[in-house]
Amino acid sequence: MIRGALTTACSLMAGLFLLPSPAAVVEIIEIEKRDWSFDGIFGSFDRTAQQRGYQIYNEACSGCHGLRLLTYRNLAALGYSEDDIKAFATDFDVTDGPDDEGEMYQRNALPSDHFVSPFPNTQASRAANNGALPPDLSLIVKARKNGADYIYALLTSYGDAPDDEELPDGMYYNAVFPGHQIAMPPPLYDDTIEYSDGTLATVDQMASDVTTFLAWAASPEMEARKRLGLKAMLFLLVLTALLAAVKHKVWSRLN
Amino acid sequence: MITSKSAHPVVKWIDERLPVFTFLNRELRDYPTPRNLNYWWSFGSIAGVVLVVMTLTGIMLAMQYTAHMDYAFDSVERIMRDVNYGWLLRYLHMNGGSMFFIVVYIHLFRGIYFGSYKSPREILWALGVVILLLMMATAFMGYVLPWGQMSFWGATVITNLFSAIPLVGDSIVNWLWGGYSIANPTLTRFYALHYLFPFLIFVVVALHLVALHMVKSNNPLGVDAKEPQDTIPFHPYYTAKDFFGFGVFFLVYLGFVFFAPDFFGEPDNYIPANPLATPPHIVPEWYFLPFYAILRVVPDIEVFGFILVEAKLAGVILMFGSILVLFFLPWLDSSKVRSARFRPIFKQFFWIFLADCLLLGWVGANPPEGSFVVLGRIGTAFYFAYFIIIIPLVARFEKPLPLPSSVVSSVLNEKKGERS
Repeated sequence: MIRGALTTACSLMAGLFLLPSPAAVVEIIEIEKRDWSFDGIFGSFDRTAQQRGYQIYNEACSGCHGLRLLTYRNLAALGYSEDDIKAFATDFDVTDGPDDEGEMYQRNALPSDHFVSPFPNTQASRAANNGALPPDLSLIVKARKNGADYIYALLTSYGDAPDDEELPDGMYYNAVFPGHQIAMPPPLYDDTIEYSDGTLATVDQMASDVTTFLAWAASPEMEARKRLGLKAMLFLLVLTALLAAVKHKVWSRLN
Repeated sequence: MITSKSAHPVVKWIDERLPVFTFLNRELRDYPTPRNLNYWWSFGSIAGVVLVVMTLTGIMLAMQYTAHMDYAFDSVERIMRDVNYGWLLRYLHMNGGSMFFIVVYIHLFRGIYFGSYKSPREILWALGVVILLLMMATAFMGYVLPWGQMSFWGATVITNLFSAIPLVGDSIVNWLWGGYSIANPTLTRFYALHYLFPFLIFVVVALHLVALHMVKSNNPLGVDAKEPQDTIPFHPYYTAKDFFGFGVFFLVYLGFVFFAPDFFGEPDNYIPANPLATPPHIVPEWYFLPFYAILRVVPDIEVFGFILVEAKLAGVILMFGSILVLFFLPWLDSSKVRSARFRPIFKQFFWIFLADCLLLGWVGANPPEGSFVVLGRIGTAFYFAYFIIIIPLVARFEKPLPLPSSVVSSVLNEKKGERS
């Protein structure tokens, strides 16, 4: 019975994907292209923006969003010292064990631990967030079309819903979110965070900083990749020019 | 027994017992090659290089990857973040897949344009189509391994195709999955087969090369190389030419790897697989898009209001048919003239056919709605009409241009033309 139902469900599902369906209206939302410090073949992450972005993540995002693929020691890439990183990690508790008695125990996080997520599992996360699931942010910049531009746009496009659109309870209007209804309340407000480096904390500034931080979190290898890439391309250009010369020389014998 | 020509006593001793040196000399050095091959002919050896790069990076990735639905996604991210140069291996492999298809598609269209499938190269051509099919299966299974959203849902759509087969379809799908849904058994078997298939590709590539060396290379003129002056030894002429081609190829390939590694990828595949959340648009990798378009635009085939073949089954048949028809190309095209250079009508249809394939790719990237369905149906109809109607008719009624008497005469004439 169950087997039959499952296979029928699967075929139906496949049928839905495979058959031309009546045209659904899919709104295309233009995302504005911005200039980022990490754009282009010479681009690198702006360290101060990254550090400010990390502060924003801690103070405005980390209550709901995890960053589970990063370890605390990865923060060395932002220019933090070993002691700074130890201090960041100590604020979090992780379950370890079993110890010699066979018991699990709580200890402070170490630099080698992964970022501690705000909720132990998705059920706890949904229960605390009105049924919505705040996604982990480790790869968010790579996992969305238009990457960093989209994340920035999302954080800065909250507003009042047009009169003809009714928002259900607990939903917010966001001009760039697909469908315009998002469960995440506006996370950033002017001057609600005091930057440790004295930068004026406007929503634009905070959105730009946290996006830079998240772009690094998604592609921590980017700077090393581009550096190695430049060397590799330079080497290949010379090698290919030499190979072209060899080819020319060898073939000139045929005349 | 072979009498080795080598002067070196050790080489001679080995060669007379196992003729590797004689073999290499004959097939890689002296191997007579038409003197007029252009750079389109470099893509065969470039494809070989990509196969080797894919195998090496793939083996090294396999040492770090975990084929389990709970760990696969994170193990790939571990490779990206914690394994020394893991990001390089992974991006080389990921972009290498796209490069492999670009190179092989160029190789294939070169074969069509210059009539390389015609007698006596039918088996050489058929082996090439077998390689393409194996590559597609390998690429499809490889894309499932990172266990992202597109991995999961792409696998769902493609494996479900088999449910279109009458009577046994559903059983086949369960058999492929190793269960009643795509889950861990599916992932582990795809991993095992993804590791196996490249070695099958190596075997068929070896046969492809044996067949090539039996009948020798075609050339842009499509006339047989007859006189000794028509050919030059493979080494140093074509080794030099191919190596320059490798240099240019790696500039492009590594350009993507280092500076735009996610250019060919779908952002959704950086979201871990979730059987409960369907992405709004499920699209395969770009190299499958034309076939995906054919699959999705076919309507129910009706006769007097009675559904003869359901749309889904018809789509599956046409999708597989679009590749299988390539096997018959040598017999569909009865024109004795190989190269499109001397076939004015064929040449025009070739470019329309190429444009049609690109059109189908564009349709495949879009949801099958509205005008895309119409475009897709026109594109699909033309795709099959090209092989089944146009090519046989053109072969029959086209008046080809006069062929040059030999390769060398044409080459020397061209040189004279350049000088005057």
